[in-house]
Amino acid sequence: MLDAFKNSVDYLSNPTISFSLLTVLTPLLFPPTDWFDKINRKLRLHLLWTKTGCAISMAVITFFFAVGFLDENFSVILTKADNFPIILMFYSIFFCTWLAMHKAYINDERLEKGLKPSEYNDPDDKVLVWPDLVYIEFIALILFTVFLVVWSILVAAPLEEPANPASTPNPSKAPWYFLGLQEMLVYYDPWIAGILLPIFCVVGLMAIPYMDINKKGDGYYSFKERRVGIFIFMYGWIVLWLFLIVLGTFFRGPNWNFYGPFEYWDAHKVVALNNINLSEYFWVKLLGTGLPDNILLREFVGFIVVGIYLFITPVLLAKTVLKDMVKSYGLVRFGALMTFGLVMLSLPIKMYFRWIFDLKYFVAIPEYFFNI
Amino acid sequence: MAKKENKKSLLDTLGESQVWKSIIRSGIPRTRRQRMHAILGSVFLHLHPARLPKHAVKVGYTWCMGGLSFFLFVNLTITGILLMFYYRPTVEYAYTDIIDLAEQVPLGIMRELHRWAAHSMVLVVWLHMLRVFMTGSYKPPREFNWGVGVLLMTLTMFLSFTGYLLPWDQLAIWAVTVGSNMARAHPFIGHEGPGASLLAIGDINLVHIGSDVRFALIGGRFVGEATLLRFYVIHCIAVPFIMMIFMAVHFWRIRKDGGISGPL
Ligand code: HEM
Repeated sequence: MLDAFKNSVDYLSNPTISFSLLTVLTPLLFPPTDWFDKINRKLRLHLLWTKTGCAISMAVITFFFAVGFLDENFSVILTKADNFPIILMFYSIFFCTWLAMHKAYINDERLEKGLKPSEYNDPDDKVLVWPDLVYIEFIALILFTVFLVVWSILVAAPLEEPANPASTPNPSKAPWYFLGLQEMLVYYDPWIAGILLPIFCVVGLMAIPYMDINKKGDGYYSFKERRVGIFIFMYGWIVLWLFLIVLGTFFRGPNWNFYGPFEYWDAHKVVALNNINLSEYFWVKLLGTGLPDNILLREFVGFIVVGIYLFITPVLLAKTVLKDMVKSYGLVRFGALMTFGLVMLSLPIKMYFRWIFDLKYFVAIPEYFFNI
Repeated sequence: MAKKENKKSLLDTLGESQVWKSIIRSGIPRTRRQRMHAILGSVFLHLHPARLPKHAVKVGYTWCMGGLSFFLFVNLTITGILLMFYYRPTVEYAYTDIIDLAEQVPLGIMRELHRWAAHSMVLVVWLHMLRVFMTGSYKPPREFNWGVGVLLMTLTMFLSFTGYLLPWDQLAIWAVTVGSNMARAHPFIGHEGPGASLLAIGDINLVHIGSDVRFALIGGRFVGEATLLRFYVIHCIAVPFIMMIFMAVHFWRIRKDGGISGPL
């Protein structure tokens, strides 16, 4: 029974499956359109944001970790002192997301009835910061201090062997909050995964307030009024950031191969790597000739594909389905939105091309370290 | 009975003493006026306004996450200073100093406090961002402060990353090696980045392993003595200093943008 559970978790956590599941689940949990909303209601997924939903989910998370701690393989990862924050991350991020959505649903209902959001109070009816806020801050501070002290007494900070540049641990992992970036290295070269995407991530986050022209939902929890924005944010945040962290921590073993959480890290596990570049697909497999010597000629298909993706798609969208959007957003804002959106989507797209077609690079110019 | 009512409590006597009044002018904050004065008269507390709308003081609204981020920053500063008493950033001593911290120093949990507070801070800052997003508090007029926040979050993670190297154990150098290796792929200024080979005068490459951005970051061709010193200085002085400036802006702007966001 338990073994069946572990085996199915191992099976489901394979990136191809778990990532796809999450990708499908996100628009269902945070429905951006009426159509998704209908399915959400049909599947009763909105019940997740009720108190019972919270309790059940917390129980499921706890069950998962309890089984993990008792499992001889998973417990090795879970009991690493530096991985404890990830367990905290599961609980705190689930709870906080739940809390926000729970409050949002309450407010959505109030707004529908024409009431003010539950945060609203008579502006003249203010409270004094001393003592009403100061004591809350004080209690929060004391509680967090107690928590830190207890944690520090119970769990010693890890210290491994002295640094030895001659012996590389396998796998060598970055700190947990960077494992999303490290995971991206599987699909993109370092100049994209380690430099470009992080820069786009930071700048993209900073650009949110300038790209979101929806004035509603400022200063109270709400979902309906901002459902597209919340959906996009949640997809980036939960699937492309947090999930990749979990993947990098729990599901990646020696040689960065995939291992189910309950699977033994067998360092000799051989995973066939037969990834092929787009240029090879085109010249060798399709045309049956060899790769041309001229680099630009060799890679021209890749350049066209990337060019179409980055430059033609926005134009096409602007001329067709998103015509109204261009008008209301203005050209600059629309361009920015498209740029950040397409760059963000390029990650899952590349992942699926890798999984389905064994595609290594769209554009492969290793001579100049220019691989896409 | 009457006698008892006239008798002042110890706290009141204290509150009227010259020493107390020299520190907190309003005495024991009991009346409305005194309580507002207690906030306005304190350099620390006057980060707050004296009065707030009701929803703004509820844990359910802010989750206290911004406040806790700041608390953790202060906490890390204090424990970090204590750690600096014992820790020497050299390849020779760093590792053994860390061992001594646990074994020789009384109350040897300072390193734990610092490490777990650092991990917590990353999480808490993320949760703060989540709450700000979910309440839509980044919308005008708070766009700029959201941007300042994103920079604070980036700096928080960079701070954690530089600190990770200091124990100088296997975990440390390999995590930092993995991380800093990305820098060598930086377009144009990393020696294995696209375009780097174009930056050349004749046959002489300007960007090579001994001159690229990774070299600047780790002070050498691989993670070693110079990296340790560099990360130590970045970790203990440079980034905290920059963060304090950004935090000052962040807090100032919260007030200037009309205080904590709320429904109209
Ligand atoms: C070191 C990191 C940070 C510290 C110490 C900090 C501190 C604070 C504090 C104390 C508040 C008051 C309200 C509250 O507690 O929620 C606040 C509000 C705010 N923070 Fe941060 N913050 C940090 C990072 C961030 C990040 C990462 C973001 C966003 C990406 C952000 C955006 C904002 C915004 C927009 C407000 C105004 C919210 C409102 O008016 O409702 N901050 N911050």
